[in-house]
Amino acid sequence: MIGIQAFGGYVPRYRLDRQLIYQSMGWMAPGNKAHCRGEKAVAGFDEDSITMAVAASLDAMCNCDRSRIDSLCFASTCLPFKERLNAGIIKTALGLKNEISAADFSSGLRSGTTALLHALDSIKAKRSRSTLLCAADNRLGKPASPQEIIFGDAGAAFLVGDENVVAEFKGSYSTTHDFVDHYRGEFAKYDRQWEDRWIRDVGLTHLIPEAFNGFLQKYGKQISEYNKIVYPCHDRTARKTINNLMGIAPEMEQDNLQERIGDSGSAHALVMLVKALENAVAGERILVLSFGNGCDVLDFEVTFAIEHPSASKHISGWLNDRIELNNYTKYLVWRNILPVEEGLRSEEDLWTRWSLLWRKRNEILALRGTRCKQCGTVQYPPQRVCVNDECGAIDEMEEYGFSDKTGIIASYTGDNLASSFNPPAIYGQIEFEGGGKYMFDFADCELDALSTGMPVKMSFRKKYHDPRRDISGYFWKAVPSKETTTDG
Amino acid sequence: MAKGIRDKIAIIGMGCTRFGERWESGAEDLMVESFTECLADAGIERKEIQAAYLGCYNDEVNIGKSAVPLAKTLKLPFIPVTRLENYCATATEAFRAACYAVASGAYDIALALGVEKLKDAGYGGLPGGAGAGVDAFMAGANATAPGAFAQLATAYAAKHGITMEQIKHALAHVSVKSHANGALNKKAHLRKVITEEQVLAAPMIAYPLGLFDCCGVSDGSAAAIVTTTDIARAIKPKEEIISVKSIQIAATSGEESISTNWDGSYFATTRRAAMQAYEEAAIKNPRQEISMMEVHDCFSITEFVTMEDLFISPEGSACDDVLNGLFDLNGGIPCQVDGGLKCFGHPVGASGLRMLYAMYEQLLERVPEERKVHNARLGLTHNLGGRPHQNVAAICIIGRG
Repeated sequence: MIGIQAFGGYVPRYRLDRQLIYQSMGWMAPGNKAHCRGEKAVAGFDEDSITMAVAASLDAMCNCDRSRIDSLCFASTCLPFKERLNAGIIKTALGLKNEISAADFSSGLRSGTTALLHALDSIKAKRSRSTLLCAADNRLGKPASPQEIIFGDAGAAFLVGDENVVAEFKGSYSTTHDFVDHYRGEFAKYDRQWEDRWIRDVGLTHLIPEAFNGFLQKYGKQISEYNKIVYPCHDRTARKTINNLMGIAPEMEQDNLQERIGDSGSAHALVMLVKALENAVAGERILVLSFGNGCDVLDFEVTFAIEHPSASKHISGWLNDRIELNNYTKYLVWRNILPVEEGLRSEEDLWTRWSLLWRKRNEILALRGTRCKQCGTVQYPPQRVCVNDECGAIDEMEEYGFSDKTGIIASYTGDNLASSFNPPAIYGQIEFEGGGKYMFDFADCELDALSTGMPVKMSFRKKYHDPRRDISGYFWKAVPSKETTTDG
Repeated sequence: MAKGIRDKIAIIGMGCTRFGERWESGAEDLMVESFTECLADAGIERKEIQAAYLGCYNDEVNIGKSAVPLAKTLKLPFIPVTRLENYCATATEAFRAACYAVASGAYDIALALGVEKLKDAGYGGLPGGAGAGVDAFMAGANATAPGAFAQLATAYAAKHGITMEQIKHALAHVSVKSHANGALNKKAHLRKVITEEQVLAAPMIAYPLGLFDCCGVSDGSAAAIVTTTDIARAIKPKEEIISVKSIQIAATSGEESISTNWDGSYFATTRRAAMQAYEEAAIKNPRQEISMMEVHDCFSITEFVTMEDLFISPEGSACDDVLNGLFDLNGGIPCQVDGGLKCFGHPVGASGLRMLYAMYEQLLERVPEERKVHNARLGLTHNLGGRPHQNVAAICIIGRG
């Protein structure tokens, strides 16, 4: 049985009330008021599609043996590198083995489901025993554009295999049209779109039913045989039309999370699928459609394995773990839309030495240290000589991973002198459960809420941006745990 | 067992520039300024110096690498000149090298000179650079010096179960005391008397450290000429001899930053260096025997915890000793008698020698009455280079006779 073995999600902690955007930019485009319901999820200044995909993958894999994974797919229309395998960074961060195939899926807004289909095909063809698929997007709309308000940032991840599946893959159907509703050229920073009425009337309400019907016809199914229909489409009028045309009853329609996350591009159909699987019971049929220069339709049947308890946060766990970003200009600065004076201190050249990073890839990107085989002392960064004064063994180390370990805050500060896009820069010493300590930047927290002894989890983040070479470097940060409200 | 250098070496001359934002002066000017005073004090000829040691920390906005800038600036006649760098312990390292060179018998007279020109960085605080290695920005925290040291306070509060308000109160006293001393010193950079209210109301730099919890950033130079105690007595038969009782350095073994043995509230290196320094100087009870101190007050919290690490205050009681005025100019063990890093600022490569200068002028009773430490016999200087979790500590004890 081929299908989804585990699923996870990621929604950045920061949420921006759409009214705040409108209050600043509504004067320029009053018509945008129509899009201003709810809030959008905003990636932190230190997050991008790679870091969100890593977070979603960690969430999906939290009950799994990573060493079984032999294939990795990453989907995003916001790939940080044009040349350098983005999935390769994710592979290293997740500590997946070297004997693995990896690929980036991009450009089309349905690249997330295309990657999922590819993953399912690899399992079916027995090229892979266990494939990790992750997707994340953080598309930008220009200030005063509808996209600025509509888009949100999020990620999703699935483990795909041929045993212990929670959702069996039953079939698929795809169409391809060069229907250009949205596009970005080679050097474009912002999304562009054609007239929304044309997108709605000629695109969404035509091409989505076309794909649904094509699928149903191919497999001889009725829409009423499905318990949940998952399709990302933020346009409320279009959704109403599509639901009517297809006979999608309100209880069948999976919420598009528009008012809580926003349209997360290539990840969005998968984000919605994760949300649908959270509450699914054995026997449910879920039909997933993604839209982007055509459609992919995928059919899943939920199995009894769905009832196994999971430590994943999925989507709901993240939705409730939120901080209000009550400042639109901060959002503009974080997205590098509004240039700010960072001070001369920030102008030092941050030149990544690639030969050094290659030597230290596991230390920096995978947060791996060492454990002394003689005395058991856990140490980060990796050491050749054991730090334990009573041991001091030389070259008796084995690798030891920290990225999945919980830590506590031993000391901390909020630094107004350090160059930061979210001052004060908060950082401190973290002591890990099981041993080892290190000073980390903290992410997604407020100084007043911190105290020594507070638990933290590790999160893969952008550590620095090198403007001269227009690339970011990655490392791990500590995210203080936050009490969250219940419900999804 | 080696016995150390107690009473083998004497300081026969010292010099120290005015510290401050010396926009008009480059490192060369500062070196000439401290050297001129030092040489005149020693009462010898420039050509009598047989070896020289330059302390200079920062490569990026300074004179660059090597000892050539010192040799060239002072026109030292083809003698051995060596540059030393060990974070904020740099000047003490230069002094130690000069003392050891003489103690070994290799030379009779040696010069130690520290200099740092910081104020060409273009911004406040210490200049950046690859101080912690070329890959420092790729991992770890984006930490500045105040943020790294500020964490001593959160860890100390957690360990001793005292509130941040109590610590802030004691830290304010630390800075108020240093400013009171600095205001009396013509060579100090910051010469204003401040109040506790001002300290507590100052803008936050790195929680819980405010502006007045941080030392100044300045340019400066200080120098010492050392010889054997026998030669010193021959050169200055009628004068008090200031001799070196101990010089000790302790560098981290990595224990604080890598293992979980260290709780973040103290300096493991200072404790080690202090024990070694007291042993070399034959000091049994430092709280009773040390007359005065210049310790590394890069931040008020550094000075605060150092009082315990030097075994002057029992562990957990620095708050009481500070608030009771033990370290005030008229207290039992005056600390930062010249104003400290707080008021002199911290031209890294010069600070250790500037501290020795402060002890030296007190021991020789060369200071005006208003800032005199009476009956001073032994002075202790302390540098802390690096950050609380990985650093090098340097301690010197000098005294009369």
